[in-house]
Amino acid sequence: MSFLSLQNASLRFGGIVALDDVSLEAEEGSIFGLIGPNGAGKTTAFNVITRLYRLDAGDVVFEGKSLLHAPPSRIVKLGIARTFQNVELFPTMTVLENVLVGAHTVSRFESERSVRAKAQKTLDYVGIGDVARRPAAGLPFGTLKRVELARALVSKPRLLLLDEPAGGLNHGEVDELATFIRTLRDDLKLTVLLVEHHMNLVMRVSDHVHVLNFGRTIASGPPAEIQRDPKVIEAYLGGELEEAS
Amino acid sequence: MLGLAKRKTAVSTGLSVPVLLLLLAGAIFLVIGSLSSSIFAQQTVAGLAQGAIFGSLALALVLIYRATEVINFAQGELAMATTYIAYQLTLWGVSYWLAFFLTLVIAFALGVVIQVVVIRPVQHSVIAVVIITVGLFILIDGLVTWKWGADLKFMPAPFGNAVYHAGSVAFSRQDLGTLIVTIFSVILLWLLFQFTKLGLAMRAAALRPAAASLVGVRVNRMLALGWGLAAVLGAVSGLMTEPTQFLQPTMMQAILLYAFAAAVLGGLESPAGAVIGGLFIGVFLNLIGQYIGFATPELRLPMAFAVLLLVLLVKPNGLFGRRQVRRV
Repeated sequence: MSFLSLQNASLRFGGIVALDDVSLEAEEGSIFGLIGPNGAGKTTAFNVITRLYRLDAGDVVFEGKSLLHAPPSRIVKLGIARTFQNVELFPTMTVLENVLVGAHTVSRFESERSVRAKAQKTLDYVGIGDVARRPAAGLPFGTLKRVELARALVSKPRLLLLDEPAGGLNHGEVDELATFIRTLRDDLKLTVLLVEHHMNLVMRVSDHVHVLNFGRTIASGPPAEIQRDPKVIEAYLGGELEEAS
Repeated sequence: MLGLAKRKTAVSTGLSVPVLLLLLAGAIFLVIGSLSSSIFAQQTVAGLAQGAIFGSLALALVLIYRATEVINFAQGELAMATTYIAYQLTLWGVSYWLAFFLTLVIAFALGVVIQVVVIRPVQHSVIAVVIITVGLFILIDGLVTWKWGADLKFMPAPFGNAVYHAGSVAFSRQDLGTLIVTIFSVILLWLLFQFTKLGLAMRAAALRPAAASLVGVRVNRMLALGWGLAAVLGAVSGLMTEPTQFLQPTMMQAILLYAFAAAVLGGLESPAGAVIGGLFIGVFLNLIGQYIGFATPELRLPMAFAVLLLVLLVKPNGLFGRRQVRRV
């Protein structure tokens, strides 16, 4: 039994098929890369797993249980946390408060002090402990991405969904991020689902890569295999894959 | 930076230095004026008391606006209705202050029920919610008139009719009491939002509902609590209005309009702005009425609207509003 699976998942928005009979299986402890051109359905898949979207057909199964009847607010309690492509922080709150909201579910019977300490520790862990008291609005995009990561991590997830974590990062920072995602997985015993445009990053960190195009699976396998897959190369109009990696 | 370019709105922090200086100058003006003229001092205190009422109702509007981007047109009528409930309780022999607190509890429940029963089913559509609140305005007005009639009713005076003298300045106990009760309830609410887990979750739910739900916040529940708290604030404003306006179904209608002006002046999104906006409008109207000869009471409402219009023309985001930058 796999840790997380989509089983024949289909979702339409009006006439647009966002997901077309997609099945995927992520093993526990793996880093699972989900790639595809713009509009391929990657973020849609994330929104389906976190219950923001409702499937028309198919199932989402996490640790043997279907997620289809859980409301979005239960997802984090089941051990799934995520970040967003465009950063969905609470802009008027401080960085620390943002993380405190994330600690909400796991801290019901804990003292405010220890929850705050835990939030601060998580911020230190992702390397932005020094901005804890600043309001989130106005911080650089790369920092906001880390705040979001801290907010996700503080809930002690077992499955972490990262939506384009490399967005807005420069070359050196992407290298750092690649190492960091692996460290995260090893330190915290996470399973990571990674949506990313940055091909080099995905190929370097993923144990398994799943490729979507127009809502359909076109390939799935280890990175080395995916890079040679003619259908994948065609979907990316030739060039881009080789160029990036 | 692809992600950044796609963001719908960016929010910058609300407080600016010129606004702070302006407020400071205003406060200094009021203090100096009050020290040099006893009439000025009396009008200022009376204005602050009225302004606190506008401010608490404005704060109720802001609470709901922040969570749902909708102005609750029924907020004033709801405040009026809860004041009638307090009146009914006193008729049954409940003492004033016990009735006061029971009414706050009932108001909270009423706010929650309204959100769950009539707002939640249509909350995906802003215009539908607005129309529902207009409908609630008419419904509540009708029900109260049907139950209690349109004639004036009187409640026991909460603070008595005593007058305090400080030198040549006379303050009514009523004004001071109103000021203390409203400001106290605003501070309690602020503490709730700022320092409790529940408050944090409510703020999160209002700011980014999807993200909040994914970190485990029950967004619908938080929205319902928000309506409950807004109704409590409204009840405070209604109960504090009663001693000067007496009970009648129309008692909160003008006050709702002043509260609109206060909320817009404060920037619609800012709780502090709503309260300060309310205090400003209260003091402004009283001082103008005192010192500008032609400004008879008939001009109070038009002047409040002049303020509202001026704010919208000159500084549409209000004193404390956050600049909304829409990126495409």
